[in-house]
Amino acid sequence: MSRNPRPHLSLLRVAACTGALALALTACGSGSGAGSSKSGSGGVKVGLITKTDTNPFFVKMKEGAERSAKENGAQLLTAAGKFDGDNAGQVTAIENMVASGVKGILITPSDSKAIVPALAKARAKGVLVIALDTPTEPQSAVDALFATDNLKAGELIGEYAKAAMKGKKAKIATLDLAPGVSVGVQRHDGFLKGFGVGAKDPSVVCSQDTAGDQTKGQTAMENCLQKEPGINVVYTINEPAALGAYTALKAKGREKDVLIVSVDGGCTGTKAVKDGKIAATSQQYPLKMAAEGVKAVVSYAKDGKKASGYTDTGVTLITDKAQSGVDAKDTAYGLDNCWG
Amino acid sequence: MTATTTPYAGLTAPSTARRLLTAPTAGPLAALLIACVFFSFSTDQFLTGGNFSLIVQQVMVVGTLAIGQTLIILTAGIDLSCGAVMAFGSIMMARMAAEGTLPPLLAIGLGLLVCAGFGLLNGVLTEKIPLPPFIVTLGMLNVAFALTHIYSKEQTVTELPGPLTALGGTFPLGHTDITYGSLVTIALFLLFAYALSGTGWGRHVYALGNSVEAARLNGVRTSRLTIGVYTVAGLLYGVAALLLVSRTGVGDPQAGQTDNLDSITAVVIGGTSLFGGRGSVLGTFIGVLIVGVFRNGLQLMGVASIYQTLITGVLVILAVTVDQISRKRAR
Repeated sequence: MSRNPRPHLSLLRVAACTGALALALTACGSGSGAGSSKSGSGGVKVGLITKTDTNPFFVKMKEGAERSAKENGAQLLTAAGKFDGDNAGQVTAIENMVASGVKGILITPSDSKAIVPALAKARAKGVLVIALDTPTEPQSAVDALFATDNLKAGELIGEYAKAAMKGKKAKIATLDLAPGVSVGVQRHDGFLKGFGVGAKDPSVVCSQDTAGDQTKGQTAMENCLQKEPGINVVYTINEPAALGAYTALKAKGREKDVLIVSVDGGCTGTKAVKDGKIAATSQQYPLKMAAEGVKAVVSYAKDGKKASGYTDTGVTLITDKAQSGVDAKDTAYGLDNCWG
Repeated sequence: MTATTTPYAGLTAPSTARRLLTAPTAGPLAALLIACVFFSFSTDQFLTGGNFSLIVQQVMVVGTLAIGQTLIILTAGIDLSCGAVMAFGSIMMARMAAEGTLPPLLAIGLGLLVCAGFGLLNGVLTEKIPLPPFIVTLGMLNVAFALTHIYSKEQTVTELPGPLTALGGTFPLGHTDITYGSLVTIALFLLFAYALSGTGWGRHVYALGNSVEAARLNGVRTSRLTIGVYTVAGLLYGVAALLLVSRTGVGDPQAGQTDNLDSITAVVIGGTSLFGGRGSVLGTFIGVLIVGVFRNGLQLMGVASIYQTLITGVLVILAVTVDQISRKRAR
């Protein structure tokens, strides 16, 4: 310790050292970003704000936006919340994008209500705001909505499950998203509607929240089976939850005689349909939502015409065991069009 | 080297104390300036008054939390519950005021008191049982998080009455608009910078962080001081709650989930030692601004947000490294 006789570290050195490293860092940060930002420099600036950076659904959405920005000579700025539900992070991203002069913002709101005041401020400055995937509350808080019809997505698998049960007495478990999140509520309600049962129907024997997470889906299914071993239909909010349910059922040797249906159409999920782990899934198209969104902003920049209203980006039932009376495509189509 | 020199390192001559207070701020300040220069050259929009006003608005919530966090870390403690306590305070203010349970100003007052109460509880558990602050505040994080979600029934509160959003209002200064909330945050930073460097209370906080035993032998009522620091921090989280509500215009049960870590990040980047007794509130202000400037600047450049996380992480490690090196040499 006494090898160095100097009494204390020179301030200058600390300053220089930290500063130089910070500079090196920013340089490296700019280097990695240059690819995406310079490609369309001079063009219209479009902002894309997703719920998180890490969910494959949003990764795919970003990919769609990037491709569309390139085709349309636009410059894409991206940002995301730190976690699903990070409203403050999305507000900050909106402000920064408005400050950087974007013509339009595409946003997947983490909190449908809480984001509304921030969107109003952006729109007051002439920025076109389009919600992707998740509507705001009220829906009029944005200029337009490009999204899957989640109620319909639920209905499709509900109708499918009804047909596949062929009149057998159903004992249904629903593995849901989280309380109060509109996407989850709509899919759940849609499923019950498609299956033809009411919200309080006794055939729904177990309902659990999974946050759309595979591990939590497995735990939820285990608990549901503990409560009611005779469950024979499982509705899941998305395929990770469905795969969790499958694992739990397999541990009990029940994987063959329980019907699992789901929503999303991710590539892993679609493969699981092909492998017979999931009977059917409603596939949605995040890439299309983003691509259409970018196009709408570019056309607004050109002729000042704002996109408005709701654009359904489509949903398709994917299964290899089609039931008569229910429209569906097979997993070959599903894998061609899956995301993630 | 002799073993006896170390315990007195922070307490001996005033010149030593002053050097320890100022040294950790120099590096972060240089980093902030260099980052600003860099972003000024790399984007057209960075170097505008409006943008600086925006950055301050964006950091004021975490900044206010970080003042409380700095006080606690100076005593060699830590507070993992600050974001959750703030969220509870904010949802309480918002719901009571929006539903008319209490007049808005009383709702704000009650929210501030409840946050201070959480701080008091943290302090008492830390001192009187005693339990490690890490454990106490980890537990309190979960308690406050759960209470927030139970009390809010998972609902975002909209349509807030005027007094709750008043601090989000702006006044013009030259060509830019400054929010009142930014002024509150800056005033709090100045107040606590003075309290720490210019009052006996402040000196005792530093002494406590350097060595509880030495502080006690010097006549500091360490237990009361610690509880006081946690309580004041809690009150600051209450102010942050009000700033948060005024900024977003809603009561949001999901808010603040990572703000505990963000506040610690700002404190550490600002040069305050996690081992207590060294650092300053002004350093924390610089730390908060560094994070805000990077996020804003990278966003303006079109760099994806995941790089902001990457850079923040590296800055934290760098800051602690500098702290450790200067600590070793200072012996």
